[in-house]
This record gives sequence, C-alpha cells and structure tokens, in this order.
Amino acid sequence: MSSIVQQIQHRTGRVTLDALAAVGRFGGLVGEMGRGLAEVRIWLPRTLDEAHNIGVGSLFIVLLISSFAGGVTALQAGYQFTGNIPIYVVGSLVTESIVLELGPVLVGLILAGRIGARYAAELGTMRVTEQIDALESLGRSPASHLLVPRVLACLLIIPVLVVFADITAVASGWLAAKAAMPITDQDFAYGARVFWRPFDAWYSLIKAFCFAGAIGLISCYRGYTTQQGAEGVGRSTTGAVVTTSVVILLLDLVLAQVLLNH
Amino acid sequence: MITIRDVAKRFGAQVVLDGVDLDVEEGETLALLGPSGTGKSVLLKTIIGLIRPDRGDIVVDGLSVPTLSRKALAGLRRKIGYVFQNGALFDSDDVFENIRLGLTDPDQFNDAAFAQERAAECLRLVNLAPETLQKMPSELSGGMRKRVGIARAIAGRPKYVLYDEPTSGLDPVNSDIIDGLIRRLNDELGVTGIMVTHDVRGAFRTADRIALLTGGKVIAQGTPAEFRASEDPQVRAFLERDFASASI
Repeated sequence: MSSIVQQIQHRTGRVTLDALAAVGRFGGLVGEMGRGLAEVRIWLPRTLDEAHNIGVGSLFIVLLISSFAGGVTALQAGYQFTGNIPIYVVGSLVTESIVLELGPVLVGLILAGRIGARYAAELGTMRVTEQIDALESLGRSPASHLLVPRVLACLLIIPVLVVFADITAVASGWLAAKAAMPITDQDFAYGARVFWRPFDAWYSLIKAFCFAGAIGLISCYRGYTTQQGAEGVGRSTTGAVVTTSVVILLLDLVLAQVLLNH
Repeated sequence: MITIRDVAKRFGAQVVLDGVDLDVEEGETLALLGPSGTGKSVLLKTIIGLIRPDRGDIVVDGLSVPTLSRKALAGLRRKIGYVFQNGALFDSDDVFENIRLGLTDPDQFNDAAFAQERAAECLRLVNLAPETLQKMPSELSGGMRKRVGIARAIAGRPKYVLYDEPTSGLDPVNSDIIDGLIRRLNDELGVTGIMVTHDVRGAFRTADRIALLTGGKVIAQGTPAEFRASEDPQVRAFLERDFASASI
C-alpha cells in the first residue's frame, strides 16, 4: 500500500517538475524572442515572407469553412425561431454568433491545425537535422531568424483572416437565411444592426490576436524543443495542434468572462 | 589555441565524456578518432558551446566557453566554423543564402555584391561550380552537401573549423576530395581544425596530430607516426581493425 502511495507521489512529483521545467523553457524562449526583436533587419523580411505564405495559403480554407459555418448558423436559427419570435432576430443571431464566437474560434482551430502543425514540423525537422544548431554555431540567433518571424506573421495575418472569415460567414448566413426562410434583406440588416455594438468587432479582433499568439508561440515552442528524431517531430506536431486547440478554447472562455461579463 | 580540461558530460544515466583533456595548437589539424557513441561529436559541440559540460573547462583563445555570456559566446562562434555531419544546410534557402549566413560580419552579410563574390569564392575553394549557388540543398548529392557545409563554415574566414564526420557516408573518391580540402584549408588558409572521424586512413592523411577518444577519455594522442608506433592495445586494436578492413 505504502509503495503505491510512494509511486503516486513520485509520479506527481515528476509531472510537476516536468511541467515547471516546460514553463521555464517556454519563458526562456519568449525572453529569447524578446531579445531577437532587436535584429529588425533579420526578422522583418522573413516576417513578411511568412505572413504572405500563411495568409495566401490559408485564405481559401478559411473562406470555405466560414461560408459553411455562416450558412449552417442561419439555417439552424431559422429552424429554432419559428412561432412568435420576430424573423429579424435571425440577422442578429447570425451576425453576433459569428462575430463574437464562430469567426475567431473556427479560424483559430483551423489555423492551429494548418499553421501550428506546419511550424512545429518545420522547426522540429530543423532541430533534428541540426539546422538550428548550425544557425547557433554561426553566432546567429535562432529567435530572430526562425521564431520571431513566425510568431509575428501569425499576429499580423490571423486577425486579418478572422475579419475575412467574419464577413464571409455573415454574407453566407444572409444568403442561406434568404434561401430557406421568408426573410427580406431589410429584416436581416435590421436584425444585424439592432443588437450590434462596435465593441463586438473589437472583441472579435482581440480574440483573433490572442489566438494568433497562442498558435505562433505554442507551435514554435513545440517545434523548437523537439527531441529524438522523426518520432519526436511527429510528437511535437500533434502536441502543438492539441495544445494550441485546448489553449484557444481556454482563452475563449477567459476572454468571454473578462471582456463581456465584467 | 583550444584547451580542454577534465570535461565530463552525461545524458541521463549514460556517461558520455568522463574527464577529457586535450590541447589543440594553433595552425594544426587534429583528428579525433574513436568508436561510435564515444562522445566525439558531443565534445565538438561543447567546444562551440552548443552543449554545456557538466564538469571541466574549455578555453578557446583565453575565453572559458562554459562561462561565457550569450553575447560573448555568439562573438566567439564567429571565429569558429562548424561542419555538421550531414551538412545541416538550411533546406528552405538556396546554396547562396546558406553560404551567406556564414558571413558573420554584419556589414559583409548585408553587402549583396560582396556576399555573392565571397560565396562564389568559397564554392571554388571546395571545388564546386558557381552555378551551384542557385541550387536548393535538396538538389545536391551527399558529397556536395558536405562541401557546401564546409563552404558555409569558412565563409566568415574563421580561425578554427570543427569537422563532424566530414567523410562519413561518402564514397572513397568524395572522401579523398574532402580530406584534400581539409588539408588545403589548413595549409593555405592556416585554419586550425579538429576533425571527428571514424576514417583512420583519412585521419592519417589529413591530420597533424591524432587523438583517440574511448570510454569517455582521450586515451592516446600524438603525430600519425607516433600513433602508428603506439604499443597501447586499444590504439593497436583500433588501427588494426581499420587497416585490416582496408586491405580486404
């Protein structure tokens, strides 16, 4: 019995120490990136390249998913709001639910898979093939060459993609609502405006920005700290996607509490 | 000059280096021989500060590597070129960008004309055609990748070059080219080199001195002639195995 207790204590201690070590390494990496920001001539062109790559590469999937999401939201709203509820509420519901929640969260989760997996795999491969060691051996900072551009590209492009997603989803919701129920353009537009507050757009952008930070930082951390060859790259990649997705949902909850319910 | 004193390193329960002592004089090429898994590459990485030893000291040009600040270490690394076992070329950049990253002086790095000229010059030094500059690493053979790795390591005119298994996985012809190149860099540019290798014949052809690392320690060192004449059973066993396989 006492040996079981000891095993549990040992395991708990090990997990705690590992978690603290990971927090320390993550903090160290963020500090390193802070120092890397001084090398503007190194990270600026790479950031623009990265931003172009992830922006152009992700646009189609973001628009596709957001148009489906908008359409489904409108159809489900139409299904639920029968009876005495005014039809223009469909416009309110579609717009608010997309801008406040679906747009940023869906895009965040998609890009956690698309960009997060890519960054973790790229950096993990660079780690196990000694490319990161090579950069350090040349007296260069991996932070300014590899990490800062990726994180900044996320912070720059993901909010823009969320804006595109919001617009596309509302537009497709509008079209779907018109096709499936007796709602006019005026009804939908009135509904969209009646509960709208300018802060809603800011809230969407703040969420997008936080999710972008999570995607960039976590995927870079997981990739950068990869160990043990190809298997390690696989573990980092899946770990980056899973961790980022969970953190996005956690941030979603925290931001809703902090920004909407204070 | 590089001075290594009582350097020890372990990974988990595995002791890799266990009190290594070694001196590398300026202008010489030292070949570090030893069986696989004896910590030769780890030792090379401790010299450049990529791995921190658990114990001991490594002094390069009067600077104690394990105690250097981040900035001082980056400064020291600019004096040391490192040739990685598989080239470690940045696979998203072409050969020119790879070699350009070896230009450790920021002014030279940012001078496009100079960088182009220096990259072509480095390629010439490693017997590669200037057209190689535009190729991606994935378009290069194993031998070419190693040579581009050497070109990148020497682009910043380092005082020291550390070679990690420069001829492993290469055919004899390419191995000879690389060995000749290391010798030439030493003779013509006065580069001090440490070459980690399994290739005993290549080491004898290329190095001014040879050291044998086994069991986490340097157990023998000397000129190729002294090494060949050594009566140490471990040295004999290592040499005879290689020369015996060479004569088959």
